[in-house]
Amino acid sequence: MSNSLKSLRGSAAIAGVATFGCGEAPGFTDMELLARAARAAVADAGLTMGDIDGLCTASVAATMWPMPVIEHLGLNPRYINGTMLGGSSFIAHLLPAMQALASGQCTAVLVCYGSAQRSGTFSRAEIARSRKFLDPQPYETPYEPMMPASAYALAASRHMHEFGTTRRDLAEVAVAARAWAQRNPEAFMRDPLSIDDVLKARMVSDPLSVRDCCLVTDGGGAFVLVSAERARDLPKKPVYVLGNATAVWNRQISSMPDLTVTGASQSGTEAYAMAGLAAKDIDVVELYDAFTINTLLFLEDLGFCKKGEGADFVRNGGIAPGGHLPVNTNGGGLSCVHPGMYGIFALIEAVRQLRGEGGDRQVTGATTALAHGNGGTLSSQSTAILGTADAL
Amino acid sequence: MTDTTNTPTQGIQLRHLAALDAGRFLIQHCADCGKHIYYPREVCPHCGSEALALVEPQGTGTVYAVTTVRRKLDAGGDLNVSLIDLIEGVRLMSRVDNLPPDQVKIGQRVKARVVVSDGKGLVLFDALEGGAA
Repeated sequence: MSNSLKSLRGSAAIAGVATFGCGEAPGFTDMELLARAARAAVADAGLTMGDIDGLCTASVAATMWPMPVIEHLGLNPRYINGTMLGGSSFIAHLLPAMQALASGQCTAVLVCYGSAQRSGTFSRAEIARSRKFLDPQPYETPYEPMMPASAYALAASRHMHEFGTTRRDLAEVAVAARAWAQRNPEAFMRDPLSIDDVLKARMVSDPLSVRDCCLVTDGGGAFVLVSAERARDLPKKPVYVLGNATAVWNRQISSMPDLTVTGASQSGTEAYAMAGLAAKDIDVVELYDAFTINTLLFLEDLGFCKKGEGADFVRNGGIAPGGHLPVNTNGGGLSCVHPGMYGIFALIEAVRQLRGEGGDRQVTGATTALAHGNGGTLSSQSTAILGTADAL
Repeated sequence: MTDTTNTPTQGIQLRHLAALDAGRFLIQHCADCGKHIYYPREVCPHCGSEALALVEPQGTGTVYAVTTVRRKLDAGGDLNVSLIDLIEGVRLMSRVDNLPPDQVKIGQRVKARVVVSDGKGLVLFDALEGGAA
């Protein structure tokens, strides 16, 4: 780890966060959901749109997305990052934005996303069909995997084979997420969910049932990053970025070296090194749970348990309310919200927990949090370590 | 202009898929680092070399990971999707075609064959006797 990278630890803070239209928002476009969330996040930071001079954003559908966002919001940013790594993008936007703030290239970065994938007129199926032409995978597509679910199902099959993980263990993850969601008024699915419900649910791509898969919702999310110095003069309690790192090892699941070890093992190690913290120092954990297997893989790869021991870790409510580690306290992508790319929502929940705004789901006294984003089919991984002033 | 004596006039994907459509399953071998490569690339992902040749694999391998895509009968019914490790050390997505999807297990030894349908070649695998290794 270079000294200059380490010197960025705590140099920037998240000063504002907001979500808009999470769940179902019929009648709104991707851009409109984004704009409402962006406006609210900027207001939450005690700033106005005119203060924003940096922009990070990405879209599942539009490849030149920063331009229409700039146009719609009337921004004139000096710093623009449209890096698209799938669902990890908005966590991966952190470190470059910190560098831009540290260099003086800009002073307030808006990171924002919106998707109307549940209610929109342009369906997920149409996006999938278009992608076959725009982003061909001629060595996977002819076998008709149901992407992305089948990629995660393949990883789950391997984890079960190597470590004896069972469908019941995977169901523990979904049940824990639902128990947290029941404490979160913003969560989309709050009905009771049992292990048996998950096991008996319709199978999608074995060993994953529909309850092992994330929701398909609408929603917008945004946050504002400023220098730590400036954050201290703004109204909300600053949440400092202590570490961030991103890793990509492959695009296609067939090119992943070992389906039981993700790039989170690299992004996590580097983010912890930058933060000077380890897994044992983290109070609250927000992991991108596109599928139940993700939570096991990331708990292992991010050092909360040893490789192959994820099932033991989550068993008997280990990550549910009252368990030994609070994980996905908003209900996650499985039960709270999942509008195509979830990473920004994991980060927003981490910020809310560190601010003490978690309401019935608040983790008492949390001063450190880890937010982890995943993108593609276990393709991109980005880890952020956040902390309050006590963790600096 | 650089020396183009050894530069092919078509990209590797077109050449590889043309052979597949003619019923031949080929993988790549790197003359510089000695490793096999799949899917085919212009540049060796292990060492950066351009000295890559299309070669015929032995065709035998093992199921590394497996899933059954659940589909309604009118959409074709349940479908196996597997990742197969060839003995040359490369992995590919494919289907084990001579077993019911729920009978395909990790560790199953398999043998490749090419099926050409409407002029398009597809590498499929058949389970070999002996079951899971």
